Amino acid sequence: MTSISRADVAHLARLARLAIPEDQLDHYAEQLDVILQSVARVGEVAAADVPAMSHPVPLLNVFREDIARPGLDREAAMAAAPAIEDDRFRVPRILDEE
Amino acid sequence: MKTVPFEEALTRYEPVIGLEVHVELGTQSKMFCSCSTNFGAEPNTQVCPVCLALPGAMPVANRAAIESIIRIGLALNCSIAEWCRMARKNYFYPDMPKDYQISQYDEPICTDGYLDVTVDGKVVRVEIERVHMEEDTGKLTHSGGATGRIHGADYSVVDYNRAGIPLVEIVTKTVVGTGALAPAVARAYVAEIRDLMRALGVSDVKMEEGSLRCDANLSLNRPGDPWGTRTETKNVNSLRSVERAVRFEIERQAAVLDDGGRVHQETRHFQEGDGTTAPGRSKEQAEDYRYFPEPDLVPIAPSREWVEELRLTLPELPSVRRARLAEAWVIGEFEMATLVNAGILDIVEETVAAGVAPDAARKWWSGEFTRAASERGVEPADLPVTSADIARVEELIASGALNDKLARQVFEAVLAGEGSPDEVVAARGLAVVSDDGPLLEAIDAALAEQPDVAEKIRSGKLQAAGAIVGAVMKTTRGQADAGRVRELLLERLGVEG
Ligand SMILES: [Zn+2]
Repeated sequence: MTSISRADVAHLARLARLAIPEDQLDHYAEQLDVILQSVARVGEVAAADVPAMSHPVPLLNVFREDIARPGLDREAAMAAAPAIEDDRFRVPRILDEE
Repeated sequence: MKTVPFEEALTRYEPVIGLEVHVELGTQSKMFCSCSTNFGAEPNTQVCPVCLALPGAMPVANRAAIESIIRIGLALNCSIAEWCRMARKNYFYPDMPKDYQISQYDEPICTDGYLDVTVDGKVVRVEIERVHMEEDTGKLTHSGGATGRIHGADYSVVDYNRAGIPLVEIVTKTVVGTGALAPAVARAYVAEIRDLMRALGVSDVKMEEGSLRCDANLSLNRPGDPWGTRTETKNVNSLRSVERAVRFEIERQAAVLDDGGRVHQETRHFQEGDGTTAPGRSKEQAEDYRYFPEPDLVPIAPSREWVEELRLTLPELPSVRRARLAEAWVIGEFEMATLVNAGILDIVEETVAAGVAPDAARKWWSGEFTRAASERGVEPADLPVTSADIARVEELIASGALNDKLARQVFEAVLAGEGSPDEVVAARGLAVVSDDGPLLEAIDAALAEQPDVAEKIRSGKLQAAGAIVGAVMKTTRGQADAGRVRELLLERLGVEG
C-alpha cells in the first residue's frame, strides 16, 4: 500500500539533518516501507463508522488556570546544558550555508 | 539597491499586500506551563521542565489564553471553531528546545473575519483569513562575526524565558486595490489591531518590546495580470516601519520588474536605519514543517455557550468609540488620530468626564502634559496630575482668578509635587490681579516710560498698545488679565477700542 522512494528517504533525511549516503537510500526505503505497511494494517481493521482519532483518550478542553508559579532555578535549569555563556545556553553556529 | 520613485511605480503596477501580526498575550503564566511571563527578567529564570522540553514533561493549555484568542476572534468578526487541535511545527532551530513549536495548522481556532480601517477618510475592509494560537520562541543572541546577525556568527546564546509565552497570530487575506494607499493601509491596519488588543485588554501590545510584531507581504502586478511573486518583510518594529517597509518594497520590486527581472520569493529584513529591506532566507523551496496533531494536548471544543459568554465581555470597539468621542467633542479624524497616537485618548476622556471642556482637556494633555511626560520619560497618564486638578484649574480660569500663563505655572508646581492647585495658588500667591488700582498704576508707569508709544496709540495706531500691555504684564509678573489691561489702557488714553 505504501511505497517509500529513494527521493522520500533523501528528503526526510535532509529534514532530520541526517547524512545518509547515496548507496544506503534504497536500504532505508525498504525498511521504512516495512514499518509503514505494518502500521497501515490498523487501517484495514478500522470500519467506516470508526472516525480517525489523534488522541487515545476521548477528552476535550483540558485547561489549567492562569496562575504563575516558580519553575526551576537557573542552576537547575542549566545543569544539563552542554555550554553556558552569560547565563544563557550556548549553541553552535546555526547556519552554515548562505 | 535600485528603486523606482513611489508615484511612478504605481503608474505601472498594482500592489497586493498581506499582513501577519503576532500578538504576545498578557497572561500571567505561559501557554502550556505555569512559568511567569514577566518581561525583562534575568535570563533563564522563568523556565521549567515543560518549556525546557525536559523528558516526561507534559503541556496543559492556559484557559485565559484560549479565552483571549476567542475574544480576539469575535472582535475581528471571525467564526470560532467548534473543534480544533494544536499541531506540532517541526524544525531545527535552537529557539525552541523541543525542536518543534506548538502551533495550529489546518484547524485554526478563528477563521474568516474582517477589520475595517480608515485611511484618508476612506474605509478599507481588511479580511482576516485566520487567527491561531501558538507559543512564542526563546530569544537568540548571535555572537562573533562582524554584524551580530545570524550570518557569519560563530555561535549563539539562548534565553528561554520567552519560550512558551502565548502568541496569537492574525493573518489577513490578500488586500487588493489599495493602490497608492497600500503603505498607509498596512500601517492603519496594524494600528487598529494594536488599539483593538488594548481595548480587549489581552496584551500590552508594545512594538518596541516585541509584544506586537508584524510581517508584511507584498507583491506587484501589472493591471490585469495575475498576482506577482511576493516577499515577506520581517523585523518591522514600529507603525512607521510598517508603512516604510511596504513603500520600499513597492519601489524595489518595481525596479526589478522594470528591468525584466524576477522577484524572488524570500524573507526580507527591514533595516530601520535607511528604511530599506535586505534579503534573508529564500522561500523558493516550500518549507516542510511536517505538521501533525499535537498528541500531548487534547482537542479544544469551545461550547457555543462559552463563546456567547465571551462575546458579552467584548468592550466597545476602538473605531466605534473614536467615532462616538469625535462627535461628542466636535473634532475631526486628524485631531482624533493625534490623541490616539499620543496615547492620551483615555486620559482626555477621563478629564472631560471630570467636567473639563473637551477643547481644554485636549489642549492641556496634548500640549503641557505630553511635553512634561516626554521630559520625564513617562506616559502622560502616569504624571502626578489628576483630572480633578485640571477641572479645578479650569474653574479658576473661568472665574478669572487665573489666566493661561498662571495656570501653566500652577501645573508646573503640581507636577513638581508642591500639592493641589489650590495649595499651589495659596503658597505661591498666584492670582490674576483683578483690582484695577495696581493695574492703572502699572499702566501709567509704562506710558511714562514710553511716551512715543503713548502718542501712537492716541493717534489711533492701536496695534502699538501691545508694547504697553506687555510692559504691564511684565511688572505684574504675568498675574494680570491682558484683556483687562488693554481695556484700561485705551480708556486711560481716551481711545475707542
Ligand atoms: Zn515553563
